[in-house]
Amino acid sequence: MKIVIVGGGMGGTILGNNLARRLGGEIQSGKVKLTMLSASDKHMYQPGLLYLALGRMTPDELYRDQTSLLEPGIDFQVDPVEEFRLDANEVRTKGGKVHGYDILVIATGSRPAPEMIPGLAENAELFYTEQTALKMFKRLQAFQGGKVVIAVGVPHKCPMAPLEITFMLHDYFKDRGIRDKVQLHYTYPIGRVHNLEPVAKWAVPEFERLGITHETFFNMKEVDGKSQTVKSEEGGEVKYDLLISIPAHKGMEIIEKNKLGAGGFIPTDKVKLTMEGRSNVYVIGDTTNIPISKAGSTAHYQAETLGENIAAIVKLGSPVRDHDGKVFCFIECGKDRATYAMFNYYNPPDPKPPTRAVHWFKMAYNKLYWASARGLL
Amino acid sequence: MAERTIVDARGSFCPGPLMELIGRLKFAQVGDEFEVLSTDKGSASDIPEWVKKVGHELLGAREEAGIWHIAVKKLK
Repeated sequence: MKIVIVGGGMGGTILGNNLARRLGGEIQSGKVKLTMLSASDKHMYQPGLLYLALGRMTPDELYRDQTSLLEPGIDFQVDPVEEFRLDANEVRTKGGKVHGYDILVIATGSRPAPEMIPGLAENAELFYTEQTALKMFKRLQAFQGGKVVIAVGVPHKCPMAPLEITFMLHDYFKDRGIRDKVQLHYTYPIGRVHNLEPVAKWAVPEFERLGITHETFFNMKEVDGKSQTVKSEEGGEVKYDLLISIPAHKGMEIIEKNKLGAGGFIPTDKVKLTMEGRSNVYVIGDTTNIPISKAGSTAHYQAETLGENIAAIVKLGSPVRDHDGKVFCFIECGKDRATYAMFNYYNPPDPKPPTRAVHWFKMAYNKLYWASARGLL
Repeated sequence: MAERTIVDARGSFCPGPLMELIGRLKFAQVGDEFEVLSTDKGSASDIPEWVKKVGHELLGAREEAGIWHIAVKKLK
């Protein structure tokens, strides 16, 4: 049986390692061939970009060689897929190779798309790539005071990022002794300050305690760099001295080019994780259009379910369980306190007040991530 | 009648039904219709409120067996 995983991010890597362990015997005997096709030989710890933008991590801490994370049973090739020939059960790569498959997993992820809002890329600081996070770090260092506006695009990766960057900026400016010269203004696309109602209820009094102003129903429409103004689809307008944005995201271009889903997000069954209309094509992580957080933990738990199911298909002939939609997100609430939100399709989150202990657990996880990607944690 | 895309946001705590709808509309064409399914009763008020603020069209909102069906047409 040929299993092909397209994408070497968190979802693809955890799944590949999970399958290589579960199907070790079958891979060794040649009954199963497990191939991973990726665009890069490097693996990035994407949550580290938040810390990079604030001078709390350095770029070298964000990367590992992909091969160092993978089980030996995986045939890893740096040769991204360019064409999905789903009717023929094969994919064609940039290098011209054609890989047939019995089971295909698409885990190509998502990418920031600030270009969706006119003026945003040119005028805002972003922290979703190494380059933009470093630029933001330098801009923050040079900033001496004024109005800082946080603006959020939809859909976006890491639903906690808007709150985390706001609370961390509060502490950043406080530590520099210029918090009294900085007005922090938080905007959010829906009618409360966060998707998760209990998180929103907690955040509003925190904002008020810390002197952070906020407004809701604010979806960016355009940014005018000359007048330093961001306008919203709802008719609002906010002036800024420094604009920090969590930009909207799209799925990868290759998904759009192959017409697999609007915006590069593939229609996916939320419990089976199959691509709609295809029984042997699975989709995990940011690539799906499932109404679930675009977050590393989402991909992680989907990969674990799928690993168990694909191994069961090989050994028993059918999958063994439905995915429950589990998500676990840390929420940094400044430089030294954090909490978390854990939920699934059936149980809402119940976040607790932030503590130093959870913050230090997050700091530890920033290092433990590599064990997580290897499928050990 | 235009084809209506179902956005099954039942049990979606994050991003939640309204945020999911906003995201889908970003990649849609003017005239496209969506029907959001939500188990969050807050959707019955916050989706119509947002649709009105932005200037899309609310085609209907009804509850059936604890599930809200809210239909929206993209106008711009």
